[in-house]
Amino acid sequence: MMTGPMIAGLWADTVSFFGENMVAVTLLKIVVVLGALLGLVSYTVLAERRISALIQDRVGPNRVGWFGLLQPLADSFKFLLKENVMPAHVNRIYYVMAPCIALAPALLTFIVIPFGNTLAGEPMVIANLNVGVLWMFSIASLGVYGIVLGGWASNSKYPFLGGIRSGAQMISYEISMGLSLIPVFMHVGSLNLMEIVNAQSHLWLFVYPNLFVAFVIFMISSFAETNRLPFDLPESEQELVGGYHTEYGSMKFAFFFLAEYANMITASALMVTLFFGGWQVPFALPESLNHPVTWFAPFVFQPISLVHLLSFFLKILLLLTMFIWVRWTLPRFRYDQLMNLGWKIFLPVSLANVFVTGIWMALRH
Amino acid sequence: MAIKIERPVLKWHEKLYFPAILGGIRVTTRHFWRTIGTWIAGKKYGMVVSAGRVTMEYPEEKWDVPEGYRGAPTLVKDPDGRVKCVACQLCEFVCPPRAITITPEPIPGQLPNAQVEKWPKEFEIDMLRCIYCGLCEEVCPEEAIFLLKDYSFVGESREELIHNKERLLELGGMHQDKIYKWKNK
Repeated sequence: MMTGPMIAGLWADTVSFFGENMVAVTLLKIVVVLGALLGLVSYTVLAERRISALIQDRVGPNRVGWFGLLQPLADSFKFLLKENVMPAHVNRIYYVMAPCIALAPALLTFIVIPFGNTLAGEPMVIANLNVGVLWMFSIASLGVYGIVLGGWASNSKYPFLGGIRSGAQMISYEISMGLSLIPVFMHVGSLNLMEIVNAQSHLWLFVYPNLFVAFVIFMISSFAETNRLPFDLPESEQELVGGYHTEYGSMKFAFFFLAEYANMITASALMVTLFFGGWQVPFALPESLNHPVTWFAPFVFQPISLVHLLSFFLKILLLLTMFIWVRWTLPRFRYDQLMNLGWKIFLPVSLANVFVTGIWMALRH
Repeated sequence: MAIKIERPVLKWHEKLYFPAILGGIRVTTRHFWRTIGTWIAGKKYGMVVSAGRVTMEYPEEKWDVPEGYRGAPTLVKDPDGRVKCVACQLCEFVCPPRAITITPEPIPGQLPNAQVEKWPKEFEIDMLRCIYCGLCEEVCPEEAIFLLKDYSFVGESREELIHNKERLLELGGMHQDKIYKWKNK
């Protein structure tokens, strides 16, 4: 067990290693980003319910608060206050572990996303890793373990089928998803997301034809990665009664739910970062607006950084709307159609895209 | 015998999915804006549009029930303000769920309507038992019970939902018919 002095010692070591300022600022950033992320998750759920309602000629939740804006609060209270039912036939340890395993990667992946340039001299990213995208992929692919484990631990046929589908879906899409991004890295010459954003200060990456193809493949793969329609096979309410989370209720179900929407936000953020210029303001106004800020001014308030944050936020909202809109437009793919698309179309196309980009770059030099 | 179904051969652009996806998005976008439009038209200008929003926001908006709808039973008075019920207890007898309880009383001799002889001292309809069948209205020889178009009664206790004479008369009000059956008897 950790005793008080041990924790104090660990804290002292951490502080002496990173410096007091850095630890405090990072903790602050973590708290703010986590809060913003979870807040955005709950309002994405509300937006999803409202938009789906309007698309289906309904009205949607409009009772709690002004225009139903307090609905997320009511929902979360409901989830928290519900009885925590555990079916008798489940594997208890894995059953509790699975939602946590699903949620943790969904929240962890966001730390490498640059959500602004600098604010008071602090780079607006929690961890400015040089292997940012690799970190993203390695952690994001852990999310599927939560789903597979949930399907297995539930010890019931529909969750089990959902878990299997999730695994198959993941290996069909993860490869082409990763390969589709290689042209981006060839173009920018870095895996650091901050540098990828800085490279787009003049021209966003999706305007290049080869990178547009990469974007389309990446976007469609993210639908599969986040278990959204048209690829929500692990969940498929109609055939699998909810798939992997059939046996889950109350807060444990909410964890899966949060994970799905957090993944959606992270996928949108990654798409914004890689293809739509991250926090850059569109139509590059004055040079200083979009250019990487070199004038290092600690603790000086720069209103322009708020514009960057806002720009990033609005771009994410647009992509989230697209995610939601596609869900309520398209029917679900069949199991074999999904595998066909992943292995026979996206994999060759993304590989070809890497070669074409290589040849193009060689010719250009 | 096996039936052979000719599957349509898709052209290359149809196999790309994208035109179909865009077509689908066009449809959902149309519905989205149409629903918003009819919602605003309904809320702001009170317009009823046949297409668009199909949700009826119930407690605020209600159905127009048809003529002859069988809602809650009530007692009525004639234009002179006389309670038309003569406490014959036919409705109590016919009521299938036995929701009606009548306590009859002779009308005191000095009152102007004394020739009618009987009136209800108490008249209770238990709305928790009432099945809205309308037999009481049909059986009443005095046309003293009428069914309203209201169908929804909400109460916080069981006692509140047992309508007594006072409440029934208040709900029923005055009935404007021209026949004064007891006037000249």
